[in-house]
Formats: sequence, structure tokens, C-alpha cells
Amino acid sequence: MRDPHVILRVISKFLIPFIALFAFYVQFHGDFGPGGGFQAGVILAASVILYALIFGLDAAKKAFPPSWVRIGMTLGVLLYGGTGVVTWILGGDFLSYGVLAEKSYHGQHYGIIAVELGVLFAVTSVMIAIFYAFGSRQPDHNEEDW
Amino acid sequence: MEILSLFPAWLLEQGPAFVIVLPLLMGAITAILPSRTLAWWTALVVTLLCTVTAFALLLQVYSEGASLYTMGGWDPPHGISLVIDALSAPVLFLIAAMAVVTVIYAMPATIAEVEPKKRAPFYAAFLLCFAGLMGMVVTGDAFNVFVFLEVSSISTYALVAMGAARDRRALTAAYNYLIMGSIGATFFVIGLGFMFMETGTLNMADMSRILADLDGGSRVAKVGFGFIIIGLGLKLAMFPLHTWLPGAYAYAPTKVTVFLASTATKAALYLLLRFTFTVFDPSFDYVAVVLKYILIGVGVVGMVFASLQAIFQTDARRTLAYSSVAQVGYMLLGVGLATAAGIAAGYLHLLNHAIIKGGLFLAMGAFWYRFGITRIQDFSGLSKTMPWTMGAFMLSGLSLIGVPFTAGFVSKVNLTIAAADKGWWWAVGVIVVTSVLAIIYIGRILLAAYFGSPPLIDGQPAKKNEAPLMMLIPMWFLAVLSIAVGSNILGLGDDFVMASERAAALLTGQGG
Repeated sequence: MRDPHVILRVISKFLIPFIALFAFYVQFHGDFGPGGGFQAGVILAASVILYALIFGLDAAKKAFPPSWVRIGMTLGVLLYGGTGVVTWILGGDFLSYGVLAEKSYHGQHYGIIAVELGVLFAVTSVMIAIFYAFGSRQPDHNEEDW
Repeated sequence: MEILSLFPAWLLEQGPAFVIVLPLLMGAITAILPSRTLAWWTALVVTLLCTVTAFALLLQVYSEGASLYTMGGWDPPHGISLVIDALSAPVLFLIAAMAVVTVIYAMPATIAEVEPKKRAPFYAAFLLCFAGLMGMVVTGDAFNVFVFLEVSSISTYALVAMGAARDRRALTAAYNYLIMGSIGATFFVIGLGFMFMETGTLNMADMSRILADLDGGSRVAKVGFGFIIIGLGLKLAMFPLHTWLPGAYAYAPTKVTVFLASTATKAALYLLLRFTFTVFDPSFDYVAVVLKYILIGVGVVGMVFASLQAIFQTDARRTLAYSSVAQVGYMLLGVGLATAAGIAAGYLHLLNHAIIKGGLFLAMGAFWYRFGITRIQDFSGLSKTMPWTMGAFMLSGLSLIGVPFTAGFVSKVNLTIAAADKGWWWAVGVIVVTSVLAIIYIGRILLAAYFGSPPLIDGQPAKKNEAPLMMLIPMWFLAVLSIAVGSNILGLGDDFVMASERAAALLTGQGG
């Protein structure tokens, strides 16, 4: 029995690492160019969603377990907010990155990287969570029941 | 003020950000906590800390005047600023205090009303909703308002839907609210888009300054204003846009109903005040028209129509929900008068109604908790089976009607005087008529409870079965508070009136 989706499977297996890589490219350019955590998060989630579309939801859930999703969402928010808490501890206003390093502009740089990383975690997890939530829904009626 | 020196300086300085950040981050942590008890303690500690901070900020406003907090050290209009002034501080404190009251109540209530595995996420969603409401009130940036509005609304939809464990109708109610609430938020953000187009800024103070320079702005600003009013009107259940409210209030878990009834619509009303009086200005002709004809019109029609609807409900929770719509009408009437006295009366009613309706819904939850009662005909004899709960319900109910020496009386009298001062005797008439309608719909419930006899169970009258202490304490706290405000015990009545007058003075530009 030949797999009818063999071309899709081979191509997407080849593409998915590049999609993920591109997500990180967008992520790490976010602090001084177009891009950032939100866009990168969506791209990264798209790579997982593509995997789920081609290889099935169960395979995707093995690759990216639903428990990660919940932790990722929380971790993202905490990383973002935590950066603000650190600036509080260092004696600045909330999210005033300047106090993170000796030189203010270095501090701004570190701060935005940490915050964008938080956004990446949160957005990736939320996108995948939405996909899993819709994808795992059992149909209310079987097709034959009609 | 002496008390102010008791609070750490850091809290006063960073307080505006603290009251948003703490519940937001703890909400995220609560989402992965394994145990319900741990989640409850987290929610309690967070809301308590926020209440203390909000109280400190309130005292600070009254002793040192308004304060501005710059997020991340970026000065407005470029950065996001948080503003604590005489208008926002009392609402901020109200939201935080009501959160504590409902969290205490939630301990027994959620066990009965929410599915076991959803109880920890329940508190997480609650903390997010709380953070959103605090943010809406504190922020001085118009777009930020939208973000916090959505944070609080989306978690509210989830919270309402969690009532499905006891009544499946909660799902349709939540869906209805989701659709209506999203339309409201969309209208609001469209309005903001127009305002950004007109003024090129999102900072409220800056927007207000530019609009004044433009003398009210072009047609773009008018359209923007319209969208903002409709969007906020949906959120605060302004009369023809209130259809989501009765279902959401009736079928949500009690804790959520109480919290929504006493804070969510109030925060939206605060925003309405903020936008009509500080961002825009009633001296612009289109704002004056909206105030005089639209807000007063829907306010008055809503008062009468919703009160009538409240009378004909069979479900007591829906009676109270329609009554909430009617009470929003009182507040809108006060706002629409656009005099200092009118706004003060509306603002006072905002604070008082939160306390009154909170107490009523808390008692309603306890009736369900013990006997599964929601229909008015089942209230028969409740004064004998649950005397303390029914007592709290009666006190809050009398306050809702506006019996002398209760909070409701103070705000209704102030509103009546404000309307009479402006020579609007017909408005005085409407207030009296709707108060009579309130006597009917609250009276129906009280009549059944006090003059009916307990139902027979196996031939015996139903036994006394009082609500647990953790439910009684919050509801009696609110009932006693509404009496204390009405009778000016401990000077509370004067404090409330002073707070509303200072808020009104700020809005009408007489300092404060």
C-alpha cells in the first residue's frame, strides 16, 4: 500500500526545521530590526501545526506534549513579568531595562531580549494550545449517523 | 496623613504598577498550581495585598494629590503612564476590596459550584480578570485600556462558562456574553482608531489637550466618540445593550456574579466618565448632545423598563440582574446631568450599588448552596430556615430600594437633589417611580421569605440550615457596610460622599 501523501510528508519533513530556524532568526532580530517574539512565536507554532496536519495530531502531541503548552504559556508570562520584577529589585521602575546593566543601553538590550523570549514562549504555546483545542474536539455526531 | 507613613515608600511609589503586575503574574502561576486550596490562598493573599496598596494610593491621592507612574521609565505621551487621581483611586480600592470579599466567599461556594479539576484554573482566571479590571482603572493610555478590557473580559467569559457544572445554561450565557462583549470591545477599539487618526496620540491627557486645541475636532472625532460610547455602553450594560447581562449574572458561579456585578460594570462606567469628561469635554457640542439626549434617554428608559422586567422574573437571580440594569440607569442619569452634583451622585451610586448588589448576590448564592433555591416561589419560609442569610439579604434589599439610613437612600437622595437643582422634575418623578418598582420586586422576595412557611419535607417543615460562616461573614460585612454608609457610622457616609464629590470636582474641572 503506497502512502498517498508521500510527497507532502517528505517535503514538510524537510521544511519544518527551516521554518523553526526562521522563527529563531525572526526572534533574535527582534531587538534591532523588524520581527520579535510575537511573529517568531507564530512561525514556530506554525512548524508544529504543519507537523500535526501532515503526520496527525497524535504524532504532534508526542513531539510537543500538551503539558508543555500549559507550562510554556505560564513561563512566557513569568519571564516577561519577571524581567519587570528584576528591575524592581534593582531599584528601578517596572520594566525600566536601563538598570539591568551598568550602562543603560546595554540594560535596554538585555531587557528586550528577555522580554521577547517571554513573548516567544507565550505565543508559541497559546497558538499550539488553540490548535490542539480545536483539533482534539470529538465531532458531536458521527458521519454515518446522518 | 498619619496613616500614610505606615506604608512603605516603595509601595506608594510603585503601587500603580504593583496592583496590576501582582495579580497578573500570580494568575499565571496559579494556572499551573496543582491544588485548589493553594490556589485559593494565593488569590486571597494577592487580593489582600492589592487592597492594602489601593488603600494607600487612595490616601495618597487625598493628601498629596494625583500621581503619575511611567511604565519602564518612558515619559508620556510616548510611554505608557499610569494615573492615580481622585476619580480612579476610589474605584481601584472598591475593586480590590470586593475581590477580597468574594475570594473569602469562594472557598465554600466553588466547591459546590465548579467542577473539581477546574477549581485551580478558576482562581487563575479570576486573578487575570482582577488584574484586567485594575489595569483598566489605573492606566492613562487609551489603547492600554482596550488591552486590559480584553484581559478582564476574556477571563470573564471563561469564568461565566464554569457555571456549567450547576446549570448548563451558563454555556449559552457565556457564549452570548462573548459575542456581545467582543462587539463592544471592537467598537471601542474602532473608536480609539478614529481618535488616533484625529489626534495622533494614545495618551489620554495628550489626547484631551489636542482635542481642546482642535476645539472638539472634526467629524472623525465625533465618529470616534460614538464608537467609544457604544463600545463602553455594551460593557457597562447600558439599557438597550444589556441583553448579555441577565444570563451571565444568573448562571455564572456566584462568586463570579458578585464580582462582575460589583466591579466589571463599574470599571466600564468609570471609563465612560473618564472618556466623556476628561478625554472629551462636555463643552464640545456633540458630547453635550450625547450626554443630554442619549445617556439620559437610555438611562431613564432603562430604569423604568428594566425595573418592570425585574418584577416579572420567576428566577430571583434574574430579578437582581435586571435590577442591576436599572441601577446603571440611575448612574447614567447622574452622569448625563453633567453638573458637579449630578456626577457626584452618579459616582456615589456606583460605589453604593457595588456594595448593595454584592450583598444581595452573595445571599442568593447561599440560598442555592443550602437548598438549591433560585426561583422566587421557593423562597417561602426562608426567614425561618436561613435567618441570618435572609437577614443580610433583607438589609441589602432595603438598601437597594432606598430606605432611609441605608446606602441606597443616600445616593438616591443626592441624585434627586441634583436633578431638582437642574429643574428636571420629571427625572425626580422617574426616580420615585422606579424606587416603587424596586419595592415591588424586592418586596415579592421578602414577602415570600418572611410571611411564607417553610416547605414540608416528609411531612415535617424544613429544618434550619444556616449558610457556612465563610459565606455569612462576607455578606454581613457588605450588609452592615451599606447601613454604615447610609447612617454615617464611623463617618463612612461622609467619606463616600467626599470621595464622590472630589471625583466630580476633578471631572468638572474645579480642581481636586
